Amino acid sequence: MQQAVNLWPLMGIAAIVIGFLLRFNAVLVVIVAGIITGLAAQMPVAAILEKLGSGFMSTRTLPLILLLPLAVIGLLERHGLKERAQAFIATIHSATAGRLLTVYLLARELTAALGLTSLGGHPQMVRPMLAPMTEGAATARHGELPEATRHRLRAMAAATDNIGLFFGEDIFVAFGAIIFMHNFMLESAGIQTEPLHIALWGIPTAVCAFLIHAFRLNRLDRQLRRELSALNSAALTRKGGH
Amino acid sequence: MFQQHYLYVLAGVLLLIVSVMSLRDRANPRRLFTGLFWGLYGLIFLLGDWAGHWAAAYGGAEGTRTLNIAVGVLVVLMALIAGCGGVRLGSYHQRSEKARAESALRLGNRLFLPALAIPVVTVLGVLAFNNIPGLAATLFGANSPPTLNTLFSMLVGCVVGLVMALRMTRDSALQSVQETRRLLDAIGWAFILPQILATLGLLFTSAGVGSAISHLTQEYLAVNHRLVAVAVYAIGMALLTMVMGNAFAAFPIVTAGIGIPILVMQQGGNPAVMAAIGMFSGYCGTLMTPMAANFNIVPAALLELPDRNAVIKAQIPTGLALLLVNIFLLYFLMFL
Repeated sequence: MQQAVNLWPLMGIAAIVIGFLLRFNAVLVVIVAGIITGLAAQMPVAAILEKLGSGFMSTRTLPLILLLPLAVIGLLERHGLKERAQAFIATIHSATAGRLLTVYLLARELTAALGLTSLGGHPQMVRPMLAPMTEGAATARHGELPEATRHRLRAMAAATDNIGLFFGEDIFVAFGAIIFMHNFMLESAGIQTEPLHIALWGIPTAVCAFLIHAFRLNRLDRQLRRELSALNSAALTRKGGH
Repeated sequence: MFQQHYLYVLAGVLLLIVSVMSLRDRANPRRLFTGLFWGLYGLIFLLGDWAGHWAAAYGGAEGTRTLNIAVGVLVVLMALIAGCGGVRLGSYHQRSEKARAESALRLGNRLFLPALAIPVVTVLGVLAFNNIPGLAATLFGANSPPTLNTLFSMLVGCVVGLVMALRMTRDSALQSVQETRRLLDAIGWAFILPQILATLGLLFTSAGVGSAISHLTQEYLAVNHRLVAVAVYAIGMALLTMVMGNAFAAFPIVTAGIGIPILVMQQGGNPAVMAAIGMFSGYCGTLMTPMAANFNIVPAALLELPDRNAVIKAQIPTGLALLLVNIFLLYFLMFL
């Protein structure tokens, strides 16, 4: 006898998608989706709250890696870390925003592939150093940047850290994901694979990830040059005309 | 011996000091709510384990249940405060732009050293734990969770960095907590989002969302054409990862639904290739979803971007192009 599968809990997923599309506050969307999911699975309210509570307690390690570096980073920012990062990158004359991020992407991906995933990260690397250096490199080349361009460069710095990490760590043979995939296929279907092979077959994608993103970073440089020189010359003509 | 519990106590004390500072910060228009938010969070860290032991000792299973329900109520309360804009910015004794530029000039490249100490010491610590047998057992006792190696190394890195930064800047330790508060308030509600999403994942599992999805994939996505099957597998991984926020959660469902029965059993593909590229297809999904909050939403908050989806928008072109490449890599490499 096959047991009927209850499809109602999928309403929680629908709630998430709708909530995010309508741009409600993400924390509220997630909590409401959790409650809807629980109710759809016919869990009593007390049981839903119990799951929320025990889940929250058992995931307390998650915010620690974000919380711990803040004191150091904040203190250094107070004494001009960002300003220093921008001044430092301005002394390297060949540096552009795109080139800097490409070098970082390569370094991040290679070190992650060796298992050194903690050598980057948003609180300890991107906010205090990578993002200000990216902005600094563009400023040194093109002059004062419009606010929107600054935001775009910062977002690209965060994206570059993610992409380097994701597509590097998964070709490190001792990474949890490799062992996880190996065990899952063995236990669920008796398929025997070599963890080293799973890691090696990830390399083509890892190389393509670097090429695609490096291409986009190169395009970013060209776009910056075009947009900002247009902006600068417009400012010059305005000045000259009056 | 060092225990994970100590990290929670540290985080709890830190958050409670931040809470008191917020309550006294008259520049913050919502100082009561902001203080309450960080205070409740700090209490869960500080008293969570102690209350857990106490509840289990005096109330047994029922006591643990009651405590979890109480924490659940606190979490909903925190979500309401955060979701309704209760966490706002205050004032943090900031220095002027000119003062910052002056100390940047005075301290020069030495400013980088404490910041670089964090990742370097963390990596050295992790390498030491991996290569010196028995080190983890001596420090943490037997059967310590492996994540503790990284967390402990990071703690040491942050302490080293903090001592260097304090000596160099001659600022007070209290000011460093003030700086923590400045950054925490800037991150705001996004700070608890990764944890709430992980909790949602656990709730999904116990409500049977995973089995409902795998039922659907087995029922409706069984296709015989090779290229179509490969594309359905890769795109399925990306889409389900976007929904669940985590490629690890999507992998068993899509692989059991399409990967193993169709690509391996029926088409005779290489399972190692399927797993490697399948997981990477999931990572393409991770780049494109707000559900992967710690990679996508928290950094946008941390970098003070007005658009909380700005990082996702920067990643979508790379994610889509790479997903397309993955489909072709799977198609050609899996059947060599």
